[in-house]
Amino acid sequence: MSTESFTEHPFVDHWGALRDALPGQDLPWLSRLRESALERFAECGLPTPRQESWKYTSLRPIEKIGFGVDGAPRACISIDRAPSLLPTASDHHRLVFVDGHYRADLSTPGELPDGAELTTLREMLTRDPDWVEAQLGSAALERGQPLLALNTAMMMNGFVLRLAKGTVLHEPVEVVHLGGAGDRPLAYHPRNLAILEEGSQATLIEHHTHLGMTERGEQPYYTNSGTEVVLAKGAVLHHYKLQAEAPNAFHTATVHADVAADALYDAFGMSTGAQLSRNEIAVRLAGAGANCHLNGAYLLRGDQHCDNTTRIDHLVPDTACSEIFKGVIDDQARAVFQGKITVHRDAQHTNGHQLSKVLLLSDKAEIDAKPELEIYADDVVCSHGATAGDLDHDALFYLRARGIPETAARAMLIEAFLAESVHNIAAQGLCPALMSSIGHWLADRRGDF
Amino acid sequence: MAATLETVEQVRALDKYKYGFVTDIESETAPKGLSEDIVRFISAKKQEPEWLLAWRLKAYRHWLTMPEPTWSKVRFPPIDYQDSYYYSAPKSPDDAPKSLDEVDPKLLETYEKLGIPLSEQKVLAGVAVDAVFDSVSVATTFKKNLEDVGVIFCPISEAVKNHPELVKKYLGSVVPYGDNKHACLNSAVFTDGSFVYIPKGVRCPMELSTYFRINAQNTGQFERTLIIADEGSYVSYLEGCTAPMRDENQLHAAVVELITLDDAEIKYSTVQNWYPGDENGKGGIYNFVTKRGACRGRNSKISWTQVETGSAITWKYPSCILQGDNSVGEFYSIAITNNHQQADTGTKMIHLGKNTRSRIIAKGISAGHSDSTYRGLVRIGARAEGARNFTQCDSLLVGDKCGAHTVPYIESKNRKAIVEHEATTSRISEDQLFYCRQRGLSQEDAVALVVNGFCREVLQQLPMEFAVEAQKLVGISLEGSVG
Amino acid sequence: MLEIKNLHATVDGKEILKGIDLKIEAGEIHAIMGPNGSGKSTLSYALTGREGYVITEGEVLFKGRNLMDMDPEERAGEGVFLAFQYPVEIPGVPNTTFLKEALNSVRRYRGEGELDAMQFVKLVREKTKLLHMNDDMLKRAVNVGFSGGEKKRNEALQMALLEPSLAILDETDSGLDIDALKTVADAVNLLRKPDNALLIITHYQRLLDYIVPDHVHVLAQGRIQRSGGKELALELEKNGYAAFTAGAAA
Repeated sequence: MSTESFTEHPFVDHWGALRDALPGQDLPWLSRLRESALERFAECGLPTPRQESWKYTSLRPIEKIGFGVDGAPRACISIDRAPSLLPTASDHHRLVFVDGHYRADLSTPGELPDGAELTTLREMLTRDPDWVEAQLGSAALERGQPLLALNTAMMMNGFVLRLAKGTVLHEPVEVVHLGGAGDRPLAYHPRNLAILEEGSQATLIEHHTHLGMTERGEQPYYTNSGTEVVLAKGAVLHHYKLQAEAPNAFHTATVHADVAADALYDAFGMSTGAQLSRNEIAVRLAGAGANCHLNGAYLLRGDQHCDNTTRIDHLVPDTACSEIFKGVIDDQARAVFQGKITVHRDAQHTNGHQLSKVLLLSDKAEIDAKPELEIYADDVVCSHGATAGDLDHDALFYLRARGIPETAARAMLIEAFLAESVHNIAAQGLCPALMSSIGHWLADRRGDF
Repeated sequence: MAATLETVEQVRALDKYKYGFVTDIESETAPKGLSEDIVRFISAKKQEPEWLLAWRLKAYRHWLTMPEPTWSKVRFPPIDYQDSYYYSAPKSPDDAPKSLDEVDPKLLETYEKLGIPLSEQKVLAGVAVDAVFDSVSVATTFKKNLEDVGVIFCPISEAVKNHPELVKKYLGSVVPYGDNKHACLNSAVFTDGSFVYIPKGVRCPMELSTYFRINAQNTGQFERTLIIADEGSYVSYLEGCTAPMRDENQLHAAVVELITLDDAEIKYSTVQNWYPGDENGKGGIYNFVTKRGACRGRNSKISWTQVETGSAITWKYPSCILQGDNSVGEFYSIAITNNHQQADTGTKMIHLGKNTRSRIIAKGISAGHSDSTYRGLVRIGARAEGARNFTQCDSLLVGDKCGAHTVPYIESKNRKAIVEHEATTSRISEDQLFYCRQRGLSQEDAVALVVNGFCREVLQQLPMEFAVEAQKLVGISLEGSVG
Repeated sequence: MLEIKNLHATVDGKEILKGIDLKIEAGEIHAIMGPNGSGKSTLSYALTGREGYVITEGEVLFKGRNLMDMDPEERAGEGVFLAFQYPVEIPGVPNTTFLKEALNSVRRYRGEGELDAMQFVKLVREKTKLLHMNDDMLKRAVNVGFSGGEKKRNEALQMALLEPSLAILDETDSGLDIDALKTVADAVNLLRKPDNALLIITHYQRLLDYIVPDHVHVLAQGRIQRSGGKELALELEKNGYAAFTAGAAA
């Protein structure tokens, strides 16, 4: 069940080894879907900086390492308990994946109200394959997105959250992904579905982290996830993500969200981990009153490279979006922010605001930002802004004049810079964990600022 | 401000495209099409030295291998390069005229219609004009005054003969021939353009001005401008462009290179009003221009101001390479598109030296079925400690069939640099229009007034007489866009 | 001078004015008072021809001519002036430019010669002096960064320049403290002439202490519910509008 090693065609060569292990082999539609996705991926291969949307991010390192695949979970790695971003006392719903494989022994889905389903893709393919077929919109979405095509071809598992009309999930859902259990470099392609019917509501927390078994030399791993979010009329999804993968890991995530009338997609993502990561989020605001918040924060150091690429399409009148990404970049790390807001013809009364703010902490840190507005309707109010620079010297001086040493003053200002984003999130229970990961990052910082 | 006061009256007095007339002058024209022979023909016509011909040929051969740039938002059918004339000179007896009296009166009439200040009395206005009619400079005024202070202002073909050392040193040094397809074509077939050299410590005593005009049918215009400001010098250069109405699309692929040495400053202003095509998008100029300045010296400054109202398609990004420490780059732009016009314009500010500063103010106005894009790059190099950039892009939409886009690229590699970018898009406000109309202004006057206000920051950068024309153009360009 | 007959107007398909009748003669001051949402501002926009205010029935004659057939700028030329409740900001357009454009447009309409820059400056100076205004306001962009009082004084200045026969003051007192209110009221009184008329639209009575009306009308539910002399305003101040809104609802 395991794999061939890396050859000239990254990932495509895995297919033979993997196909028998993939779920849903008895479903002809799924086999066809996978095969055509594989063809599309094989045609274009991994994206390169020659493509405008990948101008600033190169996946060469992924190609170089040559990740293999793993059809089945390795002999059970013993883990007592997976980490949680929520207070231990909280009885929220939890799913845990290790190296992309579901671990029922670590998961506590808990009791769900009527109309709510929280399970895995593999399970859902058995339980209700027709429903999955109707939801996987990948073919249409994959255009120009080879990574999502790759995910479709090789998806092994993932979470499924399905809420019937009017269902409100009071406790958050936490999905934990632990990587780095392999004894060689492995790639996983989790595929997730969050389908919320009319008026339903949920809070979803994704936590991507690693086992941290550094004592045996943790192997690099590559997570390439694909998530489809469909929000029917009036549905609300708060979607949070902490990407704290291993320092030698790779992480690419593609999210597609369809937002109907009066629905709200409220997303916040924080990235601190991975050697190379990219979050690509595409939101379609397709009904009057549809709204989305795409916010993010990132803290980078060493040779890390983190890319946040978002696209928001205002398709109909009376929709709104707001987007704020804040980053702190140290050492020779590099961040990329590409945000595109498109207001289509006739999408009048659109409100769209976007902001990218970056602190560069070292002489070798780099930010490449491309905030983009594409507007085809006149009755709109849209803006974007981007700033990059050092900490505010006046503020720094003010603190020092009050007797605070420079290093502490800088840490304080950086924390404040990011705290603003964190404290704006609706799931207040998550704030302490996010703030503490910011705190740790600052504490670990070597030398002076 | 008196300028704005008169705007509305002047707008009223003008026709839809007041520059749409054709002057009948016998042209001496090279055969249609492009080949090595044509490149040689142009070079021979201009009695050029061997090195320049070699450079042209190198460019031509490279051009054949280059793809068309496709990254911009503008869309147009493939250009048939063989369907154009690459050389067309107005026929004048013997050599170039020595004074205005010798210039073909019909030509002067044309200039008069354009309102170009070409007569001696304009000395009072401080304007010297190097007029490019189709491809060859026909009259250069005030040469004498300029010569007295050592300023060289002449057609570039003349500079090749009289100042080969300067031309050889700087030509292609800011925009290399292989920079992009359009600049490459220009390098192969450029016919004329202006050359300016301001010697050390000289503040050019008058504003220099060139008026470009495409006249002959199917003639691409490929002028090449080279301006060098030596240490501690200053010059303000004005460029106006206009072309008659034609059904066909005409190609205009110019190259402008600016160089400032230590403590020097060049201010380059353009009012571009090439024929934009009719209201159905038929005809009009393809304005594919490469403009770039290099602030080579410390404390030097290059400032671009442009008012782009014409052309079917505008593709231009006047840029600054800020090499010298403390050098400054500025870009002030107004781009107005109406009917089926497309504009993809902006700037690149490349910060290499320490404490370099740049400022970008771009105002885009789209009306009708047009599309207007601001595309800009701000790059802060690792050595550009203390660099600062401020960018403000505002788009105004007039009507619901047009598009306005903002595509900035911001790349910073220096913590001690500060980069700020802001952009807004909104439509022309009904409240403002109603307020003006309640006070008695017509709908069109109200639009012209509000849009002029929107553009004011940029208009203020223009020399006075250019500002007047620009304000008029703002009104004319938007005629018929509302109501 | 102004005769409104059975005026019905809709905004976004909703009927706001439901049959207004009003007659104003030269030299008169009329006040229209009413609760919020009664249609006061709709009436001022309907009279000045703002887009979106659709006249469905009735007519408005101004000096015998049908006002409703005219564009907003023609109404301005005829001498109808609206002092806006919220004067609009026009960034980048200097106030002088705006004033000169407006004045010359109106003068052209009236068949009077346009003023050149010098004549215009002289006239503006005269008017600012008359209204005790600071010249500084002329250089700034139209209403941009003006305080509430400055905006209203700028409206008064425009009124002084354009010399309308009918000035409509739409909630001129809103956003003004008592001193600013008095200044603006003084300006309006200074501009009064026997052959022009004033229509004051207001929620509160206080402005009427300074500009004393000949007639007061109560507008509620889209109709004039009652008319009277200036004592009616005091009565409203004391008893409120409840009687009219409740009565009409019943």
